[in-house]
Amino acid sequence: MSARLLWAAGSVAAVAYALLPVAWIVSLSLKRPGDLGDGRFLPEALTLEHYQAIFVDPQFPAALVNSIGIALMTTLIAVTLATLAAYAIVRLEFRGRTLVLGAALAVAMFPGIAIVGPLFDAWRLTGLFDTWAGLVIPYVTFTLPLAIWLLAAYFRDIPWELERAARMDGATRLQALRHVILPLAAPGVVTAAILVFIFAWNDFLFAISLTSSDAARTVPAAIAFFTGASRYELPTGSIAAASVVVTAPVILVVLAFQRRIVEGLTAGAVKG
Amino acid sequence: MLAVTAVPITYALWLSLFRYDLRFPDERHFVGLGNYLSVLASPVWWQALANTLIITVTSVALELVLGFALALLMHRALFARRIVRTAILVPYAIITVVAALAWRFAFDPVTGFVDGLLGLERAWLGERLPAFIVIVLAEVWKTTPFVALLLLAGLTLVPRELLAAARVDGAGALARFRHVTLPLMKPAILVALLFRTLDAFRVFDTVFVLTRGALDTETVSIVGYNALIARLNLGLGSAVAVLIFVCVVAIALAYLKAFGTPLGRPAR
Repeated sequence: MSARLLWAAGSVAAVAYALLPVAWIVSLSLKRPGDLGDGRFLPEALTLEHYQAIFVDPQFPAALVNSIGIALMTTLIAVTLATLAAYAIVRLEFRGRTLVLGAALAVAMFPGIAIVGPLFDAWRLTGLFDTWAGLVIPYVTFTLPLAIWLLAAYFRDIPWELERAARMDGATRLQALRHVILPLAAPGVVTAAILVFIFAWNDFLFAISLTSSDAARTVPAAIAFFTGASRYELPTGSIAAASVVVTAPVILVVLAFQRRIVEGLTAGAVKG
Repeated sequence: MLAVTAVPITYALWLSLFRYDLRFPDERHFVGLGNYLSVLASPVWWQALANTLIITVTSVALELVLGFALALLMHRALFARRIVRTAILVPYAIITVVAALAWRFAFDPVTGFVDGLLGLERAWLGERLPAFIVIVLAEVWKTTPFVALLLLAGLTLVPRELLAAARVDGAGALARFRHVTLPLMKPAILVALLFRTLDAFRVFDTVFVLTRGALDTETVSIVGYNALIARLNLGLGSAVAVLIFVCVVAIALAYLKAFGTPLGRPAR
């Protein structure tokens, strides 16, 4: 009995650990401006004025549009390319496919800062600086390996005899892929898409290095450089409200697909 | 795919051999290894390297311990398993910058609740050691779930029969853990360690938001960013970037050499 109680207490502690900072930032975003400095964990009175404020200022809506657009474009391109690459790796026995997978993993561990300088220089000269494409390209580079790795692990478990059956019935290779295999592969593709989206949504280093204005600045960069009424005042309430706005949808998606995401995060790594 | 990272790193290598400052673009000329000598002779680089290593080692060690506790919890506490598993995905889903800002406000002497809770009046991010504590805490909070999930996947691979057999043979809980569970989980532990060490070594977002590298808390990524983007010194910055790349490769090789390749057979 006492052992069970111990596990239960541990569970409560774990949940509290995970949710505490989130609860804190939600609480901050709902405090009245005058109460922000009261040092309490919970707000005394609730207000939505910080939420109104961030949508009145053009800075945040622009960043939100950039973030959504850039993350969606990255997801679409990376997942499409990764699906084709993973298909090739699993289906077409070619030499060096282990090498491709190994290289993919190496790229995933690549320090972003090492290519920020060259990209900055190249983007400046080619006009890609401060554009959506200027961020989508490095994001695709960094997410492609992960997506390929994950999809290759997933595709390996698909019953490929079905493809042969479809081709015997007269389907072309591409038709068989589209109508038979893709529906089976869909869960893996969704997982890859979510993980890629989260990477692009989360990135900060490229976002502050390769952008300079509202034209392409994404939410993490915008929040970090939020300016208040005066230069020296940190707009705590606005930052908190903006944080909640960009966090809530991602948390909902992650919770909805939690089983897939857990599989995705651990795929390949432990299977060995 | 290799091309998209191999080309920039080669370009960085090339840039690092020049004196190339965008504020004085006409003065670009070849200096050979001059930039590397400047970086390696500068105390800022060594301080940043030491800081990065401190942050990496402490946060990865804490993550491993906490992650193990969480993994065991999810593995054993059948009742709460789903709730815990759901909850610990929350830190993963949060933008690193947002999480860092949440901690920054929490530890702020005016807006924060931490001082009130602990009965202190301390500007955590105004002193070096406390700032490090907050940085490590923010990192650990954000990435422990990933470690826990990897370890949980490893735990589920430990056959129950083996543990039952050990119990019959009279092994206590601790002995079972040490002699049965741990050896079988070695691959999972190694993967988690490798991934997180390389990831922690790149730490940038958290430090940038919490201190911007003030109070001697600069990490190597911050030094690289400052040289490249803030000071537009592409030559010197590229030398820093290449050195960071070399460090990451060295860490990866050291792991592989010490433990053998944990990812040996990716294709089944």
